[in-house]
Amino acid sequence: MNIISYIGQKTINFFEEFGEISRLFGRTIAYVKDIGKDRSLLLKQMEHIGTGSLPLVIIVGFFTGMVSSWQAAYQFKGLISNGFIGSAVSRAIFIELGPVLTAIVIAGRVGASIAAELGTMKVTEQIDALESLGISPIRYLSTPRVIAAMVMMPILTIFANAIALIGAFAVANFFLDITGKVFFDSVQRLFHLKDVFGGIFKSIFFGTVTALIGVHVGLRTTGGAEGVGLSCIRAFVISAAMILILDYTLWTIIF
Amino acid sequence: MIEINELRKSFDAQQVLRGVSFSIADGETVAIIGQSGCGKSVLLKHIIGLLQPDSGSVVVDGHNIATASEEQIYALRRKIGFLFQSAALFDSMTVFENIVLGLWEHGEREEAKLRHIAEEKLSMVGLRGILDQKPASLSGGMRKRVGLARALAMNPKYLFYDEPTTGLDPVTSDQIDDLILSVTKQYQATNLIITHDMFTVQRIAKRVIFLSNGLVYFDGTPQELENSIDPIVQQFIERFGKR
Ligand SMILES: Nc1ncnc2c1ncn2[C@@H]1O[C@H](COP(=O)(O)OP(=O)(O)OP(=O)(O)O)[C@@H](O)[C@H]1O
Ligand SMILES: [Mg+2]
Repeated sequence: MNIISYIGQKTINFFEEFGEISRLFGRTIAYVKDIGKDRSLLLKQMEHIGTGSLPLVIIVGFFTGMVSSWQAAYQFKGLISNGFIGSAVSRAIFIELGPVLTAIVIAGRVGASIAAELGTMKVTEQIDALESLGISPIRYLSTPRVIAAMVMMPILTIFANAIALIGAFAVANFFLDITGKVFFDSVQRLFHLKDVFGGIFKSIFFGTVTALIGVHVGLRTTGGAEGVGLSCIRAFVISAAMILILDYTLWTIIF
Repeated sequence: MIEINELRKSFDAQQVLRGVSFSIADGETVAIIGQSGCGKSVLLKHIIGLLQPDSGSVVVDGHNIATASEEQIYALRRKIGFLFQSAALFDSMTVFENIVLGLWEHGEREEAKLRHIAEEKLSMVGLRGILDQKPASLSGGMRKRVGLARALAMNPKYLFYDEPTTGLDPVTSDQIDDLILSVTKQYQATNLIITHDMFTVQRIAKRVIFLSNGLVYFDGTPQELENSIDPIVQQFIERFGKR
């Protein structure tokens, strides 16, 4: 096969898959009206995606905050007073680091686990069994997961932001001799609500995309246990890439 | 009433069904036999709308599966009990939850009533006291039984069995056959049994459809099948006539 037709084929595949994911999203949202039918499905997913991810988010948030203080100090050296660390670090956290790193970690944990769970159900005919009972797998599996991720991702992001700020302050205070007053004055001086909300707004998209891709990849799994493993990887790779692409796209729209 | 007309289905380049036609009247008990990989499961999945035909039609109770709305298909499926080849139990749920999931999702929320139904269906398939176990702790034969109990939970009008005895030892196979017989008597359901077990055919079916090469090769009573002098039919019976 020559290179042109190869690229052509890949492009067609990409758009086909994109179309399928959009259709899945449409059908998932169409079932939101039935979410009250079995509320426990949604609550269970919110717990799994939200509460279950907290320890991970705490670790990621704290270390991200700490390292960004060091990095700011390193970049500022000889140029800018360390008194500005607070504002530099907090804006970086609110706009980019908090939302994106949280989303990527969640894509690894939640996106991959959705793909694995649904993929296993697919290859063992459990999805067919659901259908045969007259239960839509979209309503029963997709909607609770996508909505839970859509709701929990912003909450986790807020959490990560707060923890990261604490981490950043810890480093600034203990190692860089910046007092609390100086640090938080600096945070406040250049604080824009838009930064925080922009980041949280993005995280809603990240959450939706992560769960949606997990479901899509999971439901298309073929080829037994090996296929489930591949789906896991695929779900993570695609959602991580989508998060970064979306992050860029949303930046150009919001900021 | 199930009417299948000129049903064709390919996967990539592989033609699996090449124009299958037959119809099944209400109350019939029909066995579908054929070599492994000849498309029996694929045929059954068309009847409940899990697969869409490339061409031809599948009509169940007057609804064409290919053109029916999603809602119509889901309504239709509630009238169908399906025992999967692999049992396909939900492994994250207990036996109880497996059996009553359909009822629960369609609005029956009374715990005591659900328990009662689950126990009743389970005893019908010869099991008891395992309601709170997970499928992983059950043997293959038990899983098939639980799968059957789940299929029976909504008192279906149609019962589809995909290879109920494959992979089971002869004794358990006999028990499953007995079970299907007694279920057939108790429920006035229309039964469709996929198998390559000639014992099952002889004991349970009133009519046999033999698929070969993607087409209906033979359609008649088990007796006629047995007496057929067609070499392909003969060969199949020879091969699968033993347990
Ligand atoms: N979803 C699918 N995608 C691609 N190929 C499929 C799919 N389902 C079935 N096939 C192919 O169609 C053929 C028929 O499969 P089917 O499962 O109907 O066989 P079967 O008659 O039920 O066999 P067995 O007795 O082993 O269960 C097989 O070659 C299988 O590989
Ligand atoms: Mg089969």
